[in-house]
This record gives sequence, C-alpha cells and structure tokens, in this order.
Amino acid sequence: MSYLAIFLTYVFINNFILVQFLGLCPFIGVSKNSESAIGMGLALTFVTGVTSVVCWIVYHGVLVPLGLEYLETITFILIIAALVQLVEMVIKKISPSLYKALGIFLPLITTNCIVLGIALINITESYNLLESFVSGVSAGLGFTLAIILMSNIREKLDLTPVRKVFKGVPIAFISAGLMALAFMAFDKALLSNLHLA
Amino acid sequence: MNTKELTKGFFKENPTFIIMLGMCPTLGVTTQVVNALGMGAGVLFVLFFSNVLIAALKNVIPNSVRIPCYIVIIASFVTIVEMVLHAFVPSIYDALGVYLPLIVVNCIILGRAEAFANKNTVGDSALDAIGMGLGFTMSLSLIALIREVFGKGTITLFAIGNWNGVITIPGLYEWPVRVVSLAAGALLLMGYLKAFFQWFSENRKAKGTAK
Repeated sequence: MSYLAIFLTYVFINNFILVQFLGLCPFIGVSKNSESAIGMGLALTFVTGVTSVVCWIVYHGVLVPLGLEYLETITFILIIAALVQLVEMVIKKISPSLYKALGIFLPLITTNCIVLGIALINITESYNLLESFVSGVSAGLGFTLAIILMSNIREKLDLTPVRKVFKGVPIAFISAGLMALAFMAFDKALLSNLHLA
Repeated sequence: MNTKELTKGFFKENPTFIIMLGMCPTLGVTTQVVNALGMGAGVLFVLFFSNVLIAALKNVIPNSVRIPCYIVIIASFVTIVEMVLHAFVPSIYDALGVYLPLIVVNCIILGRAEAFANKNTVGDSALDAIGMGLGFTMSLSLIALIREVFGKGTITLFAIGNWNGVITIPGLYEWPVRVVSLAAGALLLMGYLKAFFQWFSENRKAKGTAK
C-alpha cells in the first residue's frame, strides 16, 4: 500500500474512534473542552508515532529471530509503558512549555487502546518500518480529528437544553454515533477512486 | 462469605453501564452474541487470576512500581487466553482479532487491581473479580443481543452437533435494520442504554430517599 493510502485508511476509512472503537475512554473523558482535546490528540500522535517504530524494530529485530512472537503482547505493553515514561521525562527536560501543555495527558496514554492496537496492527498487516511509522502517526491524527470535532460539539451542547437523563455521557455517545454515520461516507471505494488501492 | 462483593458488579457498580470502563471491546466485539460471550469469558478469566494474584502479592510488590507489575501480570494471563483460544476455538480467536490482546489495556482489569485487589483479601478479590467479570459479560451480551437481533435478524450461539448455532428471527432476517450492526449504531445504542441506566438508577435513588 502507498503511504497516502495508509494515511487515508487510518485517518478516515478506519478511523480508530468512530469505526474501530479503540480509545473511547479518553475520547469521552477528555473531550469536554477543545484545548485539552487538542493537547490529548497531539500527545497521542507523538506517542503512537514513536511506539510504532520502536515496537516494529523490537518485533523484527529481537522477537522474530528468537522465535518468541507469542510474547508480543507483553513486550509491546512494556515498551509502551517505558517509552511513555521516557517521553515524559525528555519533554520535561527539553521543553517545559510543551510539558505543561501535554504533561497531564501522558500517563493516561499508556492504557490507551490505540497505542497498543496500532503496534499490533502494524505486525498483522506486515507493514515495513516506514509504513508502520506512517500508520502510527495517521492513527494519532485520526484520533485528534475525532476528539477535536467531538469537543466542539460538546462545547455547543453545554449551551443547549438537553433532557436530564441524556445529560453528559449519553448525549456524547449519541453525537459520536451521528459522527460515525457521517464517517461511513469514507469507505474502501475512496482508495480505488483515487487509484491508490 | 461476603456476597455483596459478588453481586455489586451485576448492577450497582456494573462496569460497563455505571462505571463506564472498558468501552473499546464493549462496542468492538458486540456484533454477534457468541463473540460477546467469548470476550466476556476471556475478561472473566484474566480478571479472576490477576485479581487473586495481585491480592496475594500485595505486600510483596513495592508501591512505586506497582502499575508495571500489574501490567506484566495481566499481560501474562492475556497471553495464556490468546494461546488457548487460538488452539481450541480458532473461530472466536479470529472474530475477536485485535481486541483480544487489547484486554491488557482494558481499564476494568487494571481498575479493579488498583481500586480493589491491592487493598482486600484474596477471597474478597476473587468474589469481586467474578462479580465484575459476570457483570461485564452480561452487559456485553445484552448489547450484542440487541445489535444482532435488529441488525442481522439472527442470534449466533455455539454450534452443537448438527445444529450450526444460528437462530434466525423471521421478518427481521429478511429486512434487518442494518445500521444497528454498524459502528454508528453501536455508539447510538450505547448512548440510549446509558441514558436508560442513568434514569433507572436515579429513580431508584429517588425512591430510596422517599422511604
């Protein structure tokens, strides 16, 4: 697959939130205002990009030669936990202002399904190193797109009269459902129309 | 025996509808009833053994590195589930796909380890795990039942002997409400179910204070 095709697949066609339901917890939890939504999205994009590459290298460089492919789940989650911690420390040292913006979201990212999900998908789809990087970044961008749209909707919803039982999480899910309906317009045909598949 | 620890997961602290943990697999695998049951059984197994082990080791694990320790324990049990399903029920293994290894990051399991198992005894933690696991399985099956009946007009269970395990519902099978089985339908349904549970528990609370 070309890089553009991978990008379109993970941002629009297989959007992790709206099509595959990965990373719903932060999507509902952190989408109350657009500032934190952007912060969460960017922090996640950064982490998915880095972990995709590192997990790919470890899988093909260490696990496959040793015949330990069945340890991928344990290995990947440890890599992710360690990397998130490392990223947090590096950002804190290099750019305190960036740390201030993204810092509180980083611990949450370890248990975000998207990070582990895209690392595993890179292996099952047998992407090469660069393709894994592109898919990791695109998955993060797809999440960012969805969470920014969602936070804008929720900011408007705060000003709208909503029935009491639907207040909060239920109406957020229903809005996400309507967004997912709109995202159904992006399907595999998009790739063949653009002569990418 | 403290039955309260067992039953609280069914309704009062239902992991899916009340605490809202572990949303990703909840919506991802609920296209067929049999997948929901498989996922529920997997989570129940992992939750039970990780809760028991963490409760047993709570005085050994240093406090500062407890989260990585929990993750390693959980990931080991998830790997066992993965290998067992791959060997014995490959159809469910294929249907669950990426959601199966993702049990590792299912917030319910880490959440129970952190909120319950590291403060309570082994026996209570085992009961808590069974209750939460069953509550999760029941919520998953409920969502899957609604989605499969309306979206496809079938109920898929385990194949036994000659019977292929699929119950067909006349009428809905010919003209299904296709959107319910798609991604958008899952999110909409989750919203309405959550609203129903919010209404239900508020009603109960109101009745409780009136008495």
